[in-house]
Amino acid sequence: MTYEFLVASAIGVLVAGGIFLLLRARTFQVVLGLTLLSYAVNLFLFASGRLVLNRPPIWDKTVTEYTDPLPQALVLTAIVITFGMTAFVVILALRSFLETGSDHVDGDKVPSDENDGEKGA
Amino acid sequence: MATGLTLYTLVALPFLAALLIALLPAGSRGLHSGIAAAASAGGLALLAGLAAPVIGGAAPSASVSWVPSLGLDLALMVDGLGLMFAGLILGIGLLVVIFAHFYLHKGEATGRFFASLMLFQGAMLGIVLAGNVLLLLVFWELTSLSSFLLIGFWQHKAEGRQGARMALAVTGGGGLALIGGMVLLGLAADSFDLATILERGAQVQASPLYPVILGLVLVGCFTKSAQFPFHFWLPHAMAAPTPVSAYLHSATMVKAGVFLLARLWPVLAGTEAYTVIVTSVGLVTMVFAAVVALFRHDLKSILAYSTISQLGLLVMLLGFSLEMAALAAVLHILNHAAFKAALFMAAGIVDHETGTRDIRRLGGLAKAMPVTAVIATIAAASMAGLPPLGGFISKEMMLYETPHVALFGLPWLVPVLATIGATFSVGYSLRLAAHLFFGAPRDPEPFARAHDPAAGMWGPSALLTALAVLLGLVPMLLAAPLVGAVTAAVIGAPAPEFDLALWHGVNLALILSTIAVAAGALLLWRHAALLGAWESIRHLDAKRMFEAALGYADTRVRKAMVAVHTPSLQRMVLATFAVIVLLIIEGAVAGGGVVTGTRPGLPASTPAIIAWALLIAATAAVVNDARQRFRVLIYISVIGLVVSLAFVRFSAPDLALTQISVEVVTILLLLLALNLLPKAPPMLSSASRKWRDGALAVTGGALMGGISWAMLTREPGASISAYHLANAKPGGGGTNVVNVILVDFRAFDTLGEIIVLGIAGLAIFALLEGAARGAAGARLARWQEDMPHSPERHPMMLVMASRIALPLTLTVGIYLFLRGHNQPGGGFIAALVVAIAFLLQYLAAGHDWTDRRRRFGEHQMIAWGVLVAMATGLGAMVFGAPFLTSTFEYFSLPLIGKFELASAMLFDTGVFLTVFGAVMLALAQLSQIAQRAARAHAAQRAAEAQESAP
Repeated sequence: MTYEFLVASAIGVLVAGGIFLLLRARTFQVVLGLTLLSYAVNLFLFASGRLVLNRPPIWDKTVTEYTDPLPQALVLTAIVITFGMTAFVVILALRSFLETGSDHVDGDKVPSDENDGEKGA
Repeated sequence: MATGLTLYTLVALPFLAALLIALLPAGSRGLHSGIAAAASAGGLALLAGLAAPVIGGAAPSASVSWVPSLGLDLALMVDGLGLMFAGLILGIGLLVVIFAHFYLHKGEATGRFFASLMLFQGAMLGIVLAGNVLLLLVFWELTSLSSFLLIGFWQHKAEGRQGARMALAVTGGGGLALIGGMVLLGLAADSFDLATILERGAQVQASPLYPVILGLVLVGCFTKSAQFPFHFWLPHAMAAPTPVSAYLHSATMVKAGVFLLARLWPVLAGTEAYTVIVTSVGLVTMVFAAVVALFRHDLKSILAYSTISQLGLLVMLLGFSLEMAALAAVLHILNHAAFKAALFMAAGIVDHETGTRDIRRLGGLAKAMPVTAVIATIAAASMAGLPPLGGFISKEMMLYETPHVALFGLPWLVPVLATIGATFSVGYSLRLAAHLFFGAPRDPEPFARAHDPAAGMWGPSALLTALAVLLGLVPMLLAAPLVGAVTAAVIGAPAPEFDLALWHGVNLALILSTIAVAAGALLLWRHAALLGAWESIRHLDAKRMFEAALGYADTRVRKAMVAVHTPSLQRMVLATFAVIVLLIIEGAVAGGGVVTGTRPGLPASTPAIIAWALLIAATAAVVNDARQRFRVLIYISVIGLVVSLAFVRFSAPDLALTQISVEVVTILLLLLALNLLPKAPPMLSSASRKWRDGALAVTGGALMGGISWAMLTREPGASISAYHLANAKPGGGGTNVVNVILVDFRAFDTLGEIIVLGIAGLAIFALLEGAARGAAGARLARWQEDMPHSPERHPMMLVMASRIALPLTLTVGIYLFLRGHNQPGGGFIAALVVAIAFLLQYLAAGHDWTDRRRRFGEHQMIAWGVLVAMATGLGAMVFGAPFLTSTFEYFSLPLIGKFELASAMLFDTGVFLTVFGAVMLALAQLSQIAQRAARAHAAQRAAEAQESAP
């Protein structure tokens, strides 16, 4: 087994899980799907610099071979932006749940907090 | 230059007046009308200064470049045609302003009225003086908009609003066609300069674009000038106050189409298509509207249809493509402006003084209001084309030209139809005068009220009627020089020899004219019988048809939108993914479908395979267990950890640090949100739906995995990274190339990213800030603890440990920040680490305790962060370098030794502040909401306990 196979198959599995969850009806599942898909996209972007072992892009007089730094810079900001996006979507889902009493992605078709109160206390 | 200044002042004056009037307080009617009148009079004076050279054949012009890349110049030009129309616009404008001052009642919004009127006047002046066809379009649209305001001036009247909307829809739609036509015309003539276009008539007519240009320009002209079948908006525009009708429908708005036809006459006229289309449209409009006018009862409606008919006559004359016919059209424009404005004002006076405009309730008014009767009767006689008035001369000239045009190969068609049109014109003109002022009063009530108005009200129409008389008696003296200059401007050549006189001897025109007058008198005599016959026919209601068409379009558009843009997120996401999957398949097939490349792979170590298996298992668990929401968070963090480890393994220490800290923040966020969301809601999707989605997901995953595999087994192409590696140290002053890319090479990207992050933080704040109110607030107040939790809200061990950890974590954060330029670290990572240190305090000691000790505002931090980053970039510009260029210098201090200061570090500070602010804002706000809900719940339980205690 090669690292290339591991990364490629991991990306595939994450995408499959992400798509499936994004198509679900609950907002929280959609957020999870988005998170999985983001992992996959970030890994894919990173992989476009190819997989290189033990050659971090830290410049040194004695070193001549480095991994490609550009995908890393792009992915670094992408990770932070992913957090911003996830946070926004989560809060959007929360607000919509608080407004409508339903966590269905299309609004108040299926109210879901009727059995919510009974379980507590 | 002086001429140029005059021209610009001329066009700017009404707009300035409009602005001034709009700024004045309401209720100063005299001031409003005074400014409007002064602006009109000032314009007239300026125009008079230009009149002599223009009539002599000069065409003063001025031009200032506006949007040169489009060929759009602020170019103005005044030739004979422009002079005549500008004179009518300003002259009749002045009279209308005076009339309106007396017409409008006290308490009406005179400021809005006169401001709109001046806006309209400026737009009209712009049309007739524009020296650039694109500029002309701008003013053309402005007339549509300002006339909308004027027609709908009485906003409380439904018919006013509907009439305004209809006028805007029809003339605005025509304007759209005109834009297309004018742009194509400019392309065909290789210029948007009007004077240049007018010289290139042959070039335009030879162009393959000519039929399209002709069609589009004609639609624009016909809609504006209310030609059949676009005429229906004009009668409904009569819902406007009468001064507006007098202005818009005598000399201005509706004449804009005629003006444009005349303006472009040298370019468009003369071809077979032009002659046939324009002549027949004008002819049909003239006859049809004249017939309808005979049977209307509302004074303004009669005048509206007569206006349509007279416009048809003008269009027809221009359609003849004959020089003498163009001259007749010019003369009739003058005549029509004079008698029609006078008649509209007279109708306004009658309405004002009797309270009705229904001709069936009026009659015999000559006794009650003799002055108005004299004025209106003379104006109506000019409209009928009776000698010795101006209308007679132009109608004679029209009839004289008709035999020269053989429409559809039938030489008798145009003369016969024109005579029929003239007959009905005589009919409705005579009926207007006869039924209004003569005979016996039909209804005593309005007659009893009727009296002549103040001189200020009848004065303007008297002046116009006098003009109509003089145009008949001394046409050569009064109008010949102007008509000659205008005709020369229209046809683009010296005007033909002409003689304006009442008597030309007995010729065909006189015979036809006599027949028309006699037959018209007959129509009046038998009017009652004809009316009965007319009213027994069922007529199409244009307004209802228009509303129905509008409603139909509205419904169809709604249906189409729902069909294309379904209100279901699930369906839209499904469609999106399905399309992407199909595109990938298509691309793979087109590329040959070879997946595996030749690049040798790296053999994987055993720990790596174990981590990989963990990731696969965790992903499967997330999908499978998605309803057990807290458990899922653990699986998610496993995935995040494996991804971080992968970054460590594959030479990306910066990414690993970022990923692991983002992971912590994300999980904290989801935990806080889940506290308020349902924990384990019931299943929603059906089995078949899951199979369908599962199939799509597996296909998509396989394709993406395949793409990744294909990419990883091939050598990368040429990359710009070599430049980054070579220049990071000498150019950017840092050895951590990733960080140098972020804060230097691609700092503009980073600036954009932190702005996006800041916006996301602020949006989250806004979403949560409002959640305490309304339905959301009520639901928050009803929130119940639904998770088993420790009896101690803030365990002592956690509190103490987190307080000790705070300074340590802060130190780590600062260290990561400072070394970021050279070693893994930097603003992004440091901000996340510091944020985690503070969030730990919230977690351990609670929101309230932490919030009280918090000494910074997240909003300000986001703002300062973006500002600092921007200032760094702009600082580079001060030194003449491009935006965001970084600089660095080495310094040495005793004890510390040699160290480096780079401007990039300042930029990184901006990154730090923004990221920290956004993360803290999102999580602190969320925990505050959660805290509030928990507090409400605790208070409720305490109250319950107290109740049950005694």
